Amino acid sequence: MADHLLEVRNLSVTFHTARGPVHAVRDVNWHLDRGEVLAILGESGSGKSVSASAIMDLIDCPPGEITSGRILFDGRDLLTMSREERRHINGKRIAMIFQDPLSHLNPVYTVGWQIEETMVIHGTSRQEARQTTVDLLRKVGIPDPEASVHKYPHQFSGGQRQRLMIAMALALRPDVLIADEPTTALDVTVQAQILALLEELQRETGMGLLIITHDLGVVAEVADRVVVMNAGEIVEAGEASEVYHNPKHPYTRKLIAAAPGQGEMSSGVEEGAPLLSLRNVSKRYGTFEALKGVSFDLMPGETVAVVGESGSGKSTTAKVLLRLEEASGGSAIYKGRDLFTLSPRELYEMRRDIQMVFQDPTQSLNPRMSVYALISEAWVIHPGIVERSRWRARVAELLEQVGLLPEHMYRYPHQFSGGQRQRIAIARALALEPQIIVCDEAVSALDVSIQAQVIALLDRLQDELGISFIFIAHDLPVVRDFADRVIVMQGGRIVEQGDVRQIFEAPREPYTQALLAASLDPDPEIQAERRARRLEAAE
Amino acid sequence: MRQFLARRAVASLVSLAFLVIAVFFLSRLTGDPTDLYLPVDASLEAREQFRQLHGLNDPLIVQFWHYLKDLAVLDFGESIRRARPALDVVLEAFQWTLALALSTMALVTVSAIVMGALAAFHVGGVFDRIATFFSLIGASAPDFWIAIVAIVVFSVQLGWLPTSGTGTPLHWVLPIAVLFIRPFGLILQVVRGSMITALGSAYVKTARAKGVAARPIIFVHALRNAMLPVITVIGDQLAGMLNGVVIVETVFGFPGIGKLMIDSILQRDFSVILASIIVTAMAIFIMNLLIDMAYAVLDPRIRY
Repeated sequence: MADHLLEVRNLSVTFHTARGPVHAVRDVNWHLDRGEVLAILGESGSGKSVSASAIMDLIDCPPGEITSGRILFDGRDLLTMSREERRHINGKRIAMIFQDPLSHLNPVYTVGWQIEETMVIHGTSRQEARQTTVDLLRKVGIPDPEASVHKYPHQFSGGQRQRLMIAMALALRPDVLIADEPTTALDVTVQAQILALLEELQRETGMGLLIITHDLGVVAEVADRVVVMNAGEIVEAGEASEVYHNPKHPYTRKLIAAAPGQGEMSSGVEEGAPLLSLRNVSKRYGTFEALKGVSFDLMPGETVAVVGESGSGKSTTAKVLLRLEEASGGSAIYKGRDLFTLSPRELYEMRRDIQMVFQDPTQSLNPRMSVYALISEAWVIHPGIVERSRWRARVAELLEQVGLLPEHMYRYPHQFSGGQRQRIAIARALALEPQIIVCDEAVSALDVSIQAQVIALLDRLQDELGISFIFIAHDLPVVRDFADRVIVMQGGRIVEQGDVRQIFEAPREPYTQALLAASLDPDPEIQAERRARRLEAAE
Repeated sequence: MRQFLARRAVASLVSLAFLVIAVFFLSRLTGDPTDLYLPVDASLEAREQFRQLHGLNDPLIVQFWHYLKDLAVLDFGESIRRARPALDVVLEAFQWTLALALSTMALVTVSAIVMGALAAFHVGGVFDRIATFFSLIGASAPDFWIAIVAIVVFSVQLGWLPTSGTGTPLHWVLPIAVLFIRPFGLILQVVRGSMITALGSAYVKTARAKGVAARPIIFVHALRNAMLPVITVIGDQLAGMLNGVVIVETVFGFPGIGKLMIDSILQRDFSVILASIIVTAMAIFIMNLLIDMAYAVLDPRIRY
């Protein structure tokens, strides 16, 4: 058997936790060669990052334990090397970048120092390292590299920070680069740029690139081969396009089917009197204008999606609408009254009509309250909706409605999975029988298969209860499947709004077109075509 | 930055003013110094003369006015007891306290940081156990008891160290050692907790992936991030010590500001009370400013 650059053989890792041993990965085999891009695809808890952590010696033992297997790098087993030997490989021959570049860069040192450090610890002189750093920053596209080396991580944007991480990882021209969800925290257009940069650098240096991701689109965009993981085991491996078009394992099939952006698009709701009308809404923080004249309508039973990149003002719109923050100008007419000028007493009554579901249910559900308490609290605040004697029955009904078991009502949030927690948050919003639910990135933190279920749930609730949704999202395929109308925001302004079909099939504004072009399709063939077109356009 | 300093200075002056007013009037409640300084059988004339001399005959509000006028030209008045300018008396005592506090806290800071960082790196290891032991003693054993036991053991029985006074460097060993224990235990725990968080952070993971060795990970990458809460506690402890460590000063016969304050209250030596309060308040104000500066130096995200 020919030697591969990096090969993981029969790797099993167990974590000893308070609740007993967790077999994070079992008998995992994969390999990576020079000049190749391998993707490990999996949902949260699939163990997709564990083998990378084992390669980088990042598993703490205890609680972790590598129970079997070998990791061969250039024919030598990393797992039998001393800590010191492995330290000399880390950063020099195998480098790694991570999901959230802000927290992975040390906040108290300049980025220049941090990049230099990689070189200095592996034997480069400080002076030489300093010169190389400027070149590296230029190469990864950081503006004004000479000045940037003296800046701190918080002074860069999210995409720039990931570029800095890449510069740091590539400083010593490693043979292998491991990228763990490198674009997950980034906006779509930035994601496209970072992936393009990684590909370009890989082509130039001939290194092996391992990408760990949950996103079929990322696989389609960059991977030559893909390994699909579920519950700690590899269920399928092969050429990226082969796996996409002829998935053999049921889990892979399920994953591909769950990928958003493939369903029938809505043909919109009937025109009529709007339920809610925003006119010329503005919001200023000091001199910064977060919202500039935002106007749109929401029909009864309609889903309006607000899409845009970070800083576009989409979340501010929601906050202002719910009066979590006061608008600086404009009006929001709901049932003939302006929400922005309601007195505190009227506002309190209005609150039951407009509810919100937040992005991260782990944070938005009080961990010390049982599900019953979380849901029934709404009736304490708004008496008269449900009689006290019926609370338990009503909570049970609501839990059933969102697809949870009524007998779990005395459990606490941590006893549920992420998708279940979001269902609890939805049940809580439903408790007040609202007219409008504002979902702020409500499915962004969920795995694709769970995401599809939650979207289906929202869809069903809309049909049954006639609720209107304001659906704030950055993920275009999800929006395509769920929304009736789409509002595209950029820099606090609405750049385009229209029916979902019009936006996705015939976008008028260049910004909308750019957003759509940057979003990734799970089909490697389609993605290859798009990339070719992009390259053409660039030339 | 300059604006920040100005705002802080104004705020501090306002609180100082309130403090001076409160202490001025409250201290008069302790009684008339005349009764204390003149013999019981002193004649009415002698008493009258004493009061006249120290301005105690005027109505309180007039006395206060005189005090403020003098204060404006940095005249803190005379010590009745010592017949010297109150400020001189106070500064003399304060320098002893300052020296004691700074040397103790310097030792505490260095040892607590090193020990706490190592304890955090190996939770449950040797350093962690030592850390827990010291924190326990610091929290549970009262310092007057430790001070007395230390004198009994090291001065009386072993005869290694002097019992009290300030004459030689050896005189400093016991007071510093006794003062050391409590803040050491406390700051050690803060460093340990803060370091455990820092060592579990994402940027430490990056450093490990870069191949950085264990020691620079602890002392370069994690420590600086872990220092902010530590600095807060150090400042708090130092402020406490600058106010005087009455018990330790008393037990070791150390002529510091804490002892002076207590004495001057008992002696109804009003000018000295006020001067010591103003001096320590100023010192704490300056120290707090330095701590705010330290925040900004340690963490580039903090800008005033």
